[in-house]
Amino acid sequence: MSIEGSSPGRMAWRRFCRRTMAGVSLGFLLLAAVVSVLGPWVLGVDPNQGGETPFAAPDARHWMGTDIHGRDLLARVLIGARISLMVGAVGAMVSLVIGVGWGLVAGWRGGRTDAWMMRLVDVLYALPTVVWVMLALTLFETRGLGWLSERWPASIPALRLAAMMIALGSVSWLTMARVVRAQVLSLRERPFILAAQAVGVSPARLMLRHLLPNLTGVILVYLTLTVPSVVLYESFLSFLGLGVRPPQASLGTLIADGASQLNPIRVRWWLLVFPAGLMALLLAALNAVGEGLRSALEPRDER
Amino acid sequence: MRSWIARVALIPVMLWVVATLGFFLLRAVPGGPFDRERAAASREVEAALKARYHWDEPLWRQYLRYLGNLARGDLGPSLKYRNHSVNDLLGQTVPVSLSLGAMAFGVAMGLGIPIGAVAALGRYRWADRVASLLTLVGVCIPVFVLGPFLILVAGLWLEWLPVALWGHWNHAVLPTLTLGLYFAARVSRWMREGMQEVLKSPHVQAARAKGLSETVVVVRHALPVALLPVISYAGPMLADLLTGSFVVENLFQIPGTGAFFINSFFSRDYTMMIGMILFYSLLLQVLNLGSDLLLRWVDPRIRA
Repeated sequence: MSIEGSSPGRMAWRRFCRRTMAGVSLGFLLLAAVVSVLGPWVLGVDPNQGGETPFAAPDARHWMGTDIHGRDLLARVLIGARISLMVGAVGAMVSLVIGVGWGLVAGWRGGRTDAWMMRLVDVLYALPTVVWVMLALTLFETRGLGWLSERWPASIPALRLAAMMIALGSVSWLTMARVVRAQVLSLRERPFILAAQAVGVSPARLMLRHLLPNLTGVILVYLTLTVPSVVLYESFLSFLGLGVRPPQASLGTLIADGASQLNPIRVRWWLLVFPAGLMALLLAALNAVGEGLRSALEPRDER
Repeated sequence: MRSWIARVALIPVMLWVVATLGFFLLRAVPGGPFDRERAAASREVEAALKARYHWDEPLWRQYLRYLGNLARGDLGPSLKYRNHSVNDLLGQTVPVSLSLGAMAFGVAMGLGIPIGAVAALGRYRWADRVASLLTLVGVCIPVFVLGPFLILVAGLWLEWLPVALWGHWNHAVLPTLTLGLYFAARVSRWMREGMQEVLKSPHVQAARAKGLSETVVVVRHALPVALLPVISYAGPMLADLLTGSFVVENLFQIPGTGAFFINSFFSRDYTMMIGMILFYSLLLQVLNLGSDLLLRWVDPRIRA
């Protein structure tokens, strides 16, 4: 008879796998990421290359049909999903840095600092922060873009995308800050922190080496839950024409294109159904993974 | 009480910050908003334009003038619609957007609360299914996906309802559903979780032990407490309702505030942008304060 050891991480992984939905969703997301990165290359179709047949219905040659310029919709959906996922991932990382930093400082300092920092979070919660992103992007477009592209050897679409990722990340950190702060408040009274303080560990080292490792669980959960919300915001902006610009595509612009082709005379359903369907699947999968992680890493929450 | 005074006092401070940021960002744009005129018009025209909008004064005076106007509730002229002020446009469009928002809010609450509550009782399988389905919709079908689909199915394939414009009551059905369903999903989820929690609590068991009928227990004893999370989340939800209304107004071509607001970004109508952001910020802060006051009134624990 042997006794198997198990680390907290492995136990959490086992709890995660027990939820079928979460496992399936994780698989789907990985598949989607691989396909959207490699797919356009394997497919060998230029997503921006116009063709002879606009508005062709899905057939053997164009699996998802073609759009108004005769471009292959499958290629565009793949490239769009790539941009949407990338914006989601990078935006979530930006929000991670700000949110964790904010929560750590607020929770650790406590008292008046904490009160003011959290008051600001409350205020921001109640503001239409996306509106600020819209304003910032518009101003960046008129002033910053030209200035930057002269000094920076990068293409204008890439700069615009980077600006959008930073802007979206910098308004999506509020929940993260709240959760991290709450966790820090409960952790800082624990004996091991007091012990570290008694030994004379510097505050910076204390935060990074002693507090942060104990926060990885909640951080991971809210990081995964932030990704779909950033994806959603990006699509929202692109849908309104304020995000990704043509000829670049994201799922948001593709859905907007599909919606603009809705008319009573001829229904070109494929232009709407494919991008919108993928969007819905991605959002569902991202949320399922987040919820799965939550129940795996915070087992107290389990019903 | 002190914290409430602080909260109310914070609103003008926040508006001042928003206005100041907006003012200086606006001035940071090179050439100002009259670039298009400059190419064609003569110096005199440009000077007249600048004088009219007081752009020829030193910056600090412009800033003070702007703040003074704001204090009197004047958001300034629109740069695109030359003969209108931002106030005019708000006055014309806010009633439309407000009625759309109120109806959508009604749908969210009217569907979400009963469905969530019944699902939490765990006695009816259909309610459970409906609630789960609704939650799924809320998670993965955003407003800008739901809207086009409703247009496609109800408007174009089944030809039940008109898909654009505003005026007749049936114009409002699809936009209201588009905006409302998404939030009904969230409300039903909070309601369900709140209700499940409350049904386990001692005071509900005590009510049952007294021999009260299940209906009375649920409606009189459990429901008010289960509504608390819904009320406290309703405030932040309004911000999302607002951004959702941009999409819906854009999609259904409704002449509301959101449509004008989005257009101001394309026409680079900066005074309109800032004016409307100020208006939205004020609106949301006041509504949030309202939801917190309501919560305080309903829940005696917060008062203590």
